[in-house]
Amino acid sequence: MKFAVITFPGSNCDYDCYRAVKDHLKCPVEYIWHREHSLNDCDCVILPGGFSYGDYLRTGAIARFSPIMRQVIDFADKGGPVIGICNGFQILLESGLLPGAMLVNRSLQFICKTVHLKAENNKLPFTNKLTKNQLIKVPIAHKEGNYYADQKTVRELEENGRVVFRYCDSSGKADDTANPNGSVNNIAGITNQQGNVLGMMPHPERALEQLLGSSDGVLIFDSIKNFLGAK
Amino acid sequence: MTKHQEPIVDIKLARSFGINQEEFDSIQRIMGRMPSYTELGIFSVLWSEHCSYKNSKPLLKLFPTRAPQVLQGPGENAGIVDIGDGLGIAMKVESHNHPSAIEPYQGAATGIGGILRDIFTMGARPIALMDPLYFGSLEDAHVRHLFSGVVSGIADYGNCVGIPTVGGSVVFDESYTTNPLVNVMCLGLVENKKIMRGFASGSGNLVIAVGATTGRDGIHGATFASEELSEESSAKRPSVQIGDPFTKKLLLEATLELIESGLAVGIQDMGAAGLTSSSIEMASRAGTGLEMDMSQVPLREKGMTPYEIMLSESQERMVVVAPKENYEQIKAIFDKWELHCSSIGVVTDDGHVRIKWGEEVFADIPVKALVDEAPVYERESQKPGYLDKLKQFIQNDIKEPKDHNRSLNIVLSAPTIASKRWVYQQYDHQVRTNTAVLPGSDAAVLRIRGTNKAIGITTDCNGRYCYLNPFNGGAIAVAEAARNLACSGAKPLGLTDCLNFGNPYKPEVFYQMKQAVEGLAEACKVLEVPVISGNVSLYNESLTHSVYPTPLIGMVGLIEDLSQITTQWFKEPGDVVFLAGDIKSQPDIGGSEYLKVVHGQVNGDAPAIDLSAEKKLHDFVRDAIKAGLVRSAHDCSEGGLAVALAECCFTPPLDPLLNKEGTGLVADLSDLPGRSDFKLFAEFQSRIVLSCKPSDIEKLEGLAKKQGVDIMKLGTVGGDRLVIKDLIDLPVAEARKTWEEAIPNIMK
Repeated sequence: MKFAVITFPGSNCDYDCYRAVKDHLKCPVEYIWHREHSLNDCDCVILPGGFSYGDYLRTGAIARFSPIMRQVIDFADKGGPVIGICNGFQILLESGLLPGAMLVNRSLQFICKTVHLKAENNKLPFTNKLTKNQLIKVPIAHKEGNYYADQKTVRELEENGRVVFRYCDSSGKADDTANPNGSVNNIAGITNQQGNVLGMMPHPERALEQLLGSSDGVLIFDSIKNFLGAK
Repeated sequence: MTKHQEPIVDIKLARSFGINQEEFDSIQRIMGRMPSYTELGIFSVLWSEHCSYKNSKPLLKLFPTRAPQVLQGPGENAGIVDIGDGLGIAMKVESHNHPSAIEPYQGAATGIGGILRDIFTMGARPIALMDPLYFGSLEDAHVRHLFSGVVSGIADYGNCVGIPTVGGSVVFDESYTTNPLVNVMCLGLVENKKIMRGFASGSGNLVIAVGATTGRDGIHGATFASEELSEESSAKRPSVQIGDPFTKKLLLEATLELIESGLAVGIQDMGAAGLTSSSIEMASRAGTGLEMDMSQVPLREKGMTPYEIMLSESQERMVVVAPKENYEQIKAIFDKWELHCSSIGVVTDDGHVRIKWGEEVFADIPVKALVDEAPVYERESQKPGYLDKLKQFIQNDIKEPKDHNRSLNIVLSAPTIASKRWVYQQYDHQVRTNTAVLPGSDAAVLRIRGTNKAIGITTDCNGRYCYLNPFNGGAIAVAEAARNLACSGAKPLGLTDCLNFGNPYKPEVFYQMKQAVEGLAEACKVLEVPVISGNVSLYNESLTHSVYPTPLIGMVGLIEDLSQITTQWFKEPGDVVFLAGDIKSQPDIGGSEYLKVVHGQVNGDAPAIDLSAEKKLHDFVRDAIKAGLVRSAHDCSEGGLAVALAECCFTPPLDPLLNKEGTGLVADLSDLPGRSDFKLFAEFQSRIVLSCKPSDIEKLEGLAKKQGVDIMKLGTVGGDRLVIKDLIDLPVAEARKTWEEAIPNIMK
């Protein structure tokens, strides 16, 4: 059971994702440089957060052209689990693995804080250790996390349980005051039709230890291990 | 080959480069002839205040710089202290005041770029940034522009590079209106056996320029930083460099990979004065010479002259010195990271720096003359007249307000006291997943991965205190930093300082500087904290006045066990609250925030400070934390005891320790001496608010008695109100809202 953490020039959460797999899951993991042409038989791909290509042009817009993305798309098309976190989510949107786009936060500012999320789909490789609608605390850190899609797409996401995480308050209410960035329907994370690609703005790799404020991200990493182990 | 025609050199040109007649004469004496245009440019930047410390050198000698834990003291790109386990912390603070005054976004951004290079050049991976900032009043629209520009410059740059900004401080005072202070501190983690230094050693070794290309941006930035801002300053906007955090991230990774490979013998960043200071400082340290061919430097603009190339401050560049045979391997590393790498010269053994374009020589200067023979001045010092006037302040002439709730609300909403969430929420403070105490407590705390240790980090300086009493103000800056660390459970290891002052040619300014540095040095000695690196920023002046003297202190300390990490917030109802330290002195409201924002006066003396009592207090608090007796510890400083107690009640949102029953307070200050409002708001030094479990009261009191520290019970944690008997009664939620929304409301 081997994990790949893809490193683009400008990725900066690659290290945190690497440590999450290595220290928390205690599974083999390797960095794969964006110019590589192989995923080296990894069983799960993590697209980490950061500022690939300095966010120049548009977040994720240049990274999608990196050579390794062909392999990532192939891997996803064959049903392999792919998780994109923050900038990784943005790259998934740009590369067409997930629908929609990211706008600048409605405050027009970068926001770093811990938020509550409601896990609405617990049937995925990434969420099977969560109970349905479980509330978890996970940090966000982004300037472009204001998820947007046209009405038809949003309806499709909503009706098919493809909204995986939603921003909410401590009681689980997903209203506008609990929305940190203005994303449509408080969407924090979505999956593709097959359920093997997850994009989420919050950083589960930052929520693995009580020492750092929350350990709820454990549930997401443990879910992946559980899924791969059961396969 | 390009032919470069150089302008005529005379005193008029020299003056425009910031060189005075006396210095111009000694340059001619050293050279034995009239210097060339390029040579004059090189002298002007290396002899600028920014590079030569010519007006501060005699003062800097006062600092204690040695201690067993110091692995690298002042003089290198950054200082390093040992934290055990074969690891060290590299640390340095820098200022980017003048660039930020005229171009806040890029000025602040490139300030971060510069300090990061200082750290990773030493072989240390940057792990944290801290941003101490000083602005004018937020009532002023231009100040709001500077404030928001600086914060977003820091955010965009720091976030992109992926180094967490874990804390800092923001102070607002009219003295900084047109000349904000934008200081930035960086800490890095280094394996002690891999520490790299900036030496151009080994005759015949290559001098290699790596990173970004060189353009015309930032020419004479170091000179610009060494003069007063004026109405014409905005015309110097081209002296401000443009940052590229993406390239910086690549340069950081490539440089650390290079150091790891062991292929280089010396590395230095190109910061202020670019290639000039980096290459020449390296040669000076190694006692060697250099010969460099400007035609080999990768350029981003056509037709640049040797003068422009040597003085450019284009960002994201480094100089590497390495044996010839390693060049191809070094180039391969920089190729991988898509960065330039070009051999531009060789190390020589004749002690001269020779700048050429092909075969034509544009400069030939003895390195020793540039560095060791730079002028050093002991400036004239005169006690400013205002100091005696302030001493006449009689605090009892201040009318005591009836409503202390109102006063507390005013103080809590003063931007200097109010919550800085608006600022730090824009900074990624968690990337690299080590931040155990987030911004908002007395000190930021980072765990050191692979060990059971953590480090505490803080930055402090109250410029108003330094204005009222430069010596005490300087001493208090160090004492408060050490106190903040003590409250987090950390023992100080070392400090870095950024001496922000006005124009040293004004005798009153030099007096402030001298006194403040003496105060800092005295506190360093008593509190046993060595100075390991620093920076001097002078000429911080507006059209009418100098900024408050602001010797900013950044301090790092060690927490030996993760379980000892302590924060300022109350933890559980029923816990007992104590005040430790100075509980017997009469209160003095001189220089307090209360006096300023409630009574509209900056007056009196800075708070008194007894450094040996301070030391005892820190030792006691750390020992009490180690013994597991302390639930929370908070330093009393700006805003006084009332503000400190309120802040203890403001548990951060989503904190796992936040108790549903509330962490309000019922306290009684009747046993403290003095008038009610003075009791609440006087800014006593040497005071810490502690809370402990009821079952630990006796142990805590026993320990205090044993260590000769006074301690007094103030009250009990609980409820949802902040109650100070007969004086204050406010719902915590309301007080918190006042404190939390003050800055966002102004910045809307």
